[in-house]
Amino acid sequence: MTMRFIAMLCATVAGAAAAVPATAEDTVKLAYVDPLSGGGASIGEVGLKTYNYLAEVTNAQGGIAGRKLEIVGYDNKLNAQETLVQVQKAIDAGVRFITQGNGSAFAAAIEDFVTKYNERNPGKEVLFFNYAAVDPALTNDKCSYWHFRWDANSDIKMTALTNYMKTRPNIKNVYLINQDYSFGQSVRTQARKMLAEKRPDIQIVGDEVHPLLKVTDFSPYIAKIKASGADSVITGNWGQDFALLLKAAADAGLQVDWYTYYAGGTGGPTAIKQANLPDRVYQISEGLPNAPYPPAQDFEKAFRAKTGVSLFYPRAVNEIRMFAKAAQEANSVDPIKIAAKLDGMKVTVLNGGDGFMRSEDHQFFQPMYIANLGPLGKDQPFDEENTGWGWKVTGKIDTQDTILPTTCKMNRPS
Amino acid sequence: MLELVTISALNGVLYGMLLFLMASGLTLIFSMMGVLNFAHASFYMLGAFFGFQISELIGFWPAFFIAPVLVGGIGALVERYGLRYVHRHGPVAELLFTFGLAFVIVEIVQMIWGKGPADYRVPSSLDFSAFTAFSTNYPAYKMFELLTAIAIFAVLLLLLTRTRVGLIIQASLTHPHMVAMLGHNVPRVFMLVFGVGTGLAAVAGVIAGPALVTQANMAAALGPILFVVVVVGGLGSLSGAFLASLLIGLVQTFAVSINLSVADVLRPIGVAAPSGGALFDVWNVTVAQIAPIIPYLLLVLILIFRPTGLMGSREH
Repeated sequence: MTMRFIAMLCATVAGAAAAVPATAEDTVKLAYVDPLSGGGASIGEVGLKTYNYLAEVTNAQGGIAGRKLEIVGYDNKLNAQETLVQVQKAIDAGVRFITQGNGSAFAAAIEDFVTKYNERNPGKEVLFFNYAAVDPALTNDKCSYWHFRWDANSDIKMTALTNYMKTRPNIKNVYLINQDYSFGQSVRTQARKMLAEKRPDIQIVGDEVHPLLKVTDFSPYIAKIKASGADSVITGNWGQDFALLLKAAADAGLQVDWYTYYAGGTGGPTAIKQANLPDRVYQISEGLPNAPYPPAQDFEKAFRAKTGVSLFYPRAVNEIRMFAKAAQEANSVDPIKIAAKLDGMKVTVLNGGDGFMRSEDHQFFQPMYIANLGPLGKDQPFDEENTGWGWKVTGKIDTQDTILPTTCKMNRPS
Repeated sequence: MLELVTISALNGVLYGMLLFLMASGLTLIFSMMGVLNFAHASFYMLGAFFGFQISELIGFWPAFFIAPVLVGGIGALVERYGLRYVHRHGPVAELLFTFGLAFVIVEIVQMIWGKGPADYRVPSSLDFSAFTAFSTNYPAYKMFELLTAIAIFAVLLLLLTRTRVGLIIQASLTHPHMVAMLGHNVPRVFMLVFGVGTGLAAVAGVIAGPALVTQANMAAALGPILFVVVVVGGLGSLSGAFLASLLIGLVQTFAVSINLSVADVLRPIGVAAPSGGALFDVWNVTVAQIAPIIPYLLLVLILIFRPTGLMGSREH
């Protein structure tokens, strides 16, 4: 019985692997390498939905240089080893464009892999479109010509966030709690450094890191935050690490302001509503459903009607639009030609305003927004996760004020 | 200081009781049937999703009773039509069977409810704070969790040691042929035990669902720690599992609140920290940072120094 069962299981797995459709000449494949199982699955699924929708829209408007854009999902299980296995699998299946976002450690692995691969396989170059991995190193010390990042890196976000916090005199004691990996570490060091420069009177009363997506009970951490006397918390937590943190805070009745990167992720708004923290959870991002720009709101409406979720990745829209634009201008789907067009490209971003892909390091710059979540008011058409609460823009940072220097010394193909 | 100690103790006990809720079924199945059920956490997850679905339809309280019965029923069917055949091929086959079953259940749950978190909320009848200690609220729901865990512990202990049913169950494990000769249906006893064990996992799921996040990875998140509880407590010992749950809950909670590193301990006695290299990290990592892995360290130490666990009597 057991043997038969295992044999059946093996057969199912093998069948699923063989079901990859045959390569067609008139399609361009974009491999989506992100978690589709385990702790990050809920986030990865939303991303995949977003890209599938974007492919549909792009194809209705002429596709990528006349070819059909096809998104192929690859599950990296939030594991660096598995990420590279999946990237190799994608390349073997004829994919020349890869997109990934969840986890800077995995983005670094792909960036490194793609750079080496392109060196060894001239004529078969692969491009890496990074839509959410925000470790600054990816466009600084580790920068690569083949990597393009559409999300503002964590230093840019922290600059914007601290510029806003500077103007809030009620902030006196700040607590830092972050996930223990490259991104979380970068958030805590930058927060310390920038707050010390901009508001030396602010006390950092706690600086905590916890394992990534492993903690089920955050109440001990909340007890510590409470004991520290903090009035504000800065966290880069995402996914269940954010939802569980907020739930534990709600249970303990912790009343502080939260300055976050990813409060709007799946489950976040629900947790904030349950915690009953109206207008006290802030998020820094490159766009929001309620940002006052009609074309973006129309896009949001159509997106929600089709997918049933709110658009968490305006940057993905910019990414695919620029991908299509570059292919059109180059009149080709050759990665080398597309990379050359993307390098330095200027566009109007989804939420309005100017954006550009800086040539020196392939970091995209765009206007940034600070918003908090609360009951819907005037001119706020969209709520989040059916909570009746939505994002309210409280601050906007223009593109030129988000520009930071880079240490990148890019190795360009001759 | 007193505040942090009190709060940590309370949090530790609460977390420990949640662990016990889950571990009780696992240890019951192991002590009565000798089956180490790898799919146990999956039944816990199934309980949470059933609880969520039934709460949506007819409310939390009916769900609290119906979901465990349904999941227990599924558990009994698994025993009757799966495990019973595998049992003949020995414990390794059983282990592999439950191992595979865990994956199957996760896939089925993902197919039905998706990979995102379900919006499973604390019922309004329990959504208030029970008491406040040092300005920290303790929700009534957590107290409900605590009381349920204690009640289950008491009932199971009495059932197994003080009743006729308990006697037959215990005898069935050690002397199945003799018990069968005396006219008892031994396979049916095993089926019931497995059903009750998985039902207990479902009780934990129904309760933990709103408190934690109800999603398809919740089994994987709590599965490993259950085995720590069962091994530390002593394989098959209910009181051991109770003690171990409390111990692990407290250790983990207190560890989070300790910001001490090797460097802090050695500095006063004049040992300078290395300024770089691999040792730098070891020197500066705080107890709080390694809190989540301390239970596993405990597991390793227990297996080396007291393989039978805290309360285990069974020799393997």
